[in-house]
Amino acid sequence: MKFTKLGRVAALAAAGALLLSSCASNEAPADESEDTTGGETSSISGTLNGVGASSMGGAQTVWIAGFQTANPDVTVNYDPAGSGAGVEAITGGGADYAGSDAVLEADATSPVCAADGYPVNLPVYISPVAVVFNLEGIDSLNMDAETIANIFKGEITNWNDEAIASQNEGVELPDQAITAVHRSDESGTTENFAEYLSAVAPDTWDAEPDKVFPYEGGEGAQQTSGVIDAVTNNQGTIGYADASRAGELGTVALKVGEEYVEFSADAAAAVVETATIEEGRQDGDLAFEIDRTTTESGVYPLVLVSYTVACSSYEDAEKGALVHAYLTHVISEEGQQAAADEAGSAPISASIRDQITESIAGMVE
Amino acid sequence: MSSAPAAASPKLRAKGRPADIIFQGISTFAGISILVMLGLVAIFLVVQSIPAFGPDFDVKGTSNFLEYVGPLAFGTVWASFLAMIMAVPVAIGIALFITHFAPRKLASTIGFVIDLLAAVPSVVFGLWGANVLAGFMKPAYAWLSDNLGFIPLFAGTASGTGRTILTASIVLAVMVLPIITALSREVFLQTPRLHEEASLALGATRWEMIKMAVLPFGASGIVSASILGLGRALGETMAIAMVLSPSLVVSFILTSGTNPSTIASNIALSFPEAHGNEVSALIATGLVLFIITILVNGLARWLLGRNPRTGGAK
Repeated sequence: MKFTKLGRVAALAAAGALLLSSCASNEAPADESEDTTGGETSSISGTLNGVGASSMGGAQTVWIAGFQTANPDVTVNYDPAGSGAGVEAITGGGADYAGSDAVLEADATSPVCAADGYPVNLPVYISPVAVVFNLEGIDSLNMDAETIANIFKGEITNWNDEAIASQNEGVELPDQAITAVHRSDESGTTENFAEYLSAVAPDTWDAEPDKVFPYEGGEGAQQTSGVIDAVTNNQGTIGYADASRAGELGTVALKVGEEYVEFSADAAAAVVETATIEEGRQDGDLAFEIDRTTTESGVYPLVLVSYTVACSSYEDAEKGALVHAYLTHVISEEGQQAAADEAGSAPISASIRDQITESIAGMVE
Repeated sequence: MSSAPAAASPKLRAKGRPADIIFQGISTFAGISILVMLGLVAIFLVVQSIPAFGPDFDVKGTSNFLEYVGPLAFGTVWASFLAMIMAVPVAIGIALFITHFAPRKLASTIGFVIDLLAAVPSVVFGLWGANVLAGFMKPAYAWLSDNLGFIPLFAGTASGTGRTILTASIVLAVMVLPIITALSREVFLQTPRLHEEASLALGATRWEMIKMAVLPFGASGIVSASILGLGRALGETMAIAMVLSPSLVVSFILTSGTNPSTIASNIALSFPEAHGNEVSALIATGLVLFIITILVNGLARWLLGRNPRTGGAK
């Protein structure tokens, strides 16, 4: 009797295994796979290993699925272990490419690069960061950086504060305490948020931008989902998170110049357009210095730019060709659009695509 | 817990047969391997954490390691302490109910449910704590700080999301409950029937019988069970990381959104993005947690050994 029971369990397990194994990542989005091929690249094969920022983990999954569908003999792995892990992996030779929310130092080296090669930062993932809040019946508020900084520092503690009310005429603000929610884990989102505030409102936000939230006030929540949950489940809360996760929550329009700008993919991509490359960078290293204080119209300066760190040329030429093919797919219009659909990022503009194409040309020479 | 009486005298050793020798070898290997593993972990922690004790320490705005680990160590012990206060009495109550009060059918059902609770992953507890319990407790915190704010434990503004150290401790208490209950139940079941019947025969009520026969007999078992539970509470990572709103502070306030973090959850939250000196600092905090756990276990053993009446209950 015991035996038949065992047999039943075994049969179930076997059936489960069959079911599970029948979905491989290669065959994911069947319809868009046809046209994502980079033409001549379909004959390549090999394995690529990437480690890095979790912010673009979702986008990497989409890119990998698209790329592997077009090139069935290629395996690309991306481990979203964090920017720190990514930087360590590429400089230590543990990965072929890395993802990082912060640019790699100009003098960094990597053992996977050719003798005359060096690591380059390629801005492949642009994501607007939204300031989200939860107030009954209010979908949008206007705020300048000064006000946001004061709220997250704990200086403005009530929603009907004059500083908020004066920028939102006609909006009925409740007499309710503000609960500011920040990330409790270390995060590139926090760093970009702090960079924006310390650039635009340096007198209020006097802490050095870092991945750690610098002030004691407010409440911490783990990762983007933790912040979104905390804001969604509680009235009177405000937080910051990847814009793709804002959902039904109210969002803040940032004051840029004389107008207030809601986040949008175009507005986010536009601010990267106005960015300049950091001084002291080698050719092809696109380490952008985003101008957070821009007053240009229609630009949303609170963005997270995540870089793929790769070598300008690889020690192993085959590896180089593979990385080149993969990155070509990543920055292609289809690749960027797929990431935008799945992960909510802002597709990079044509001029940035041209710059990256130029940067990675050395990989196949 | 209750050790079986050592019936076989160690001096009378049978001639070694192959099966005996093999079995002895396997069990000796198992015994030694646990020491080796613990030793390797200790060595790893010490070696990797050495850079953190250097002069140029700069992690999260603190200038030396003690300043960094202090609030974390405090938070770890404080959260576990709160959890144990809540869990131990309830666990003993459940164990007594199962062993001495409940009808047999109900007892086995409750026992089953308790064991099931032990099998729930900590991520699930974390989700429940952050999304359900925190919201449920929020009005209570607001009330406490409005009306009992003069008590230092409830001072200041209440948390706007309910993600306080008290919520985290409640989650911890629920998580350690099954461990303490299951072990206490086994110990209480071992109470000699004769002791119980004797005290009942002398006219004791059921409660007096439990007080005089069951609890003294099970005291050492309860302590051991609590230590095991405490071990889990001290090291719990995921649930705390998800539930607690942490800061780098030392604070006894139970209802605030600014809470001391715990060592384990801080490692989980900071490690993925850490690099350079911070990695060693985090591993060094792990070493501190290791030492805290050893100290707690040592203390418990010492307490047990000091009181031969309960420690050596047979």
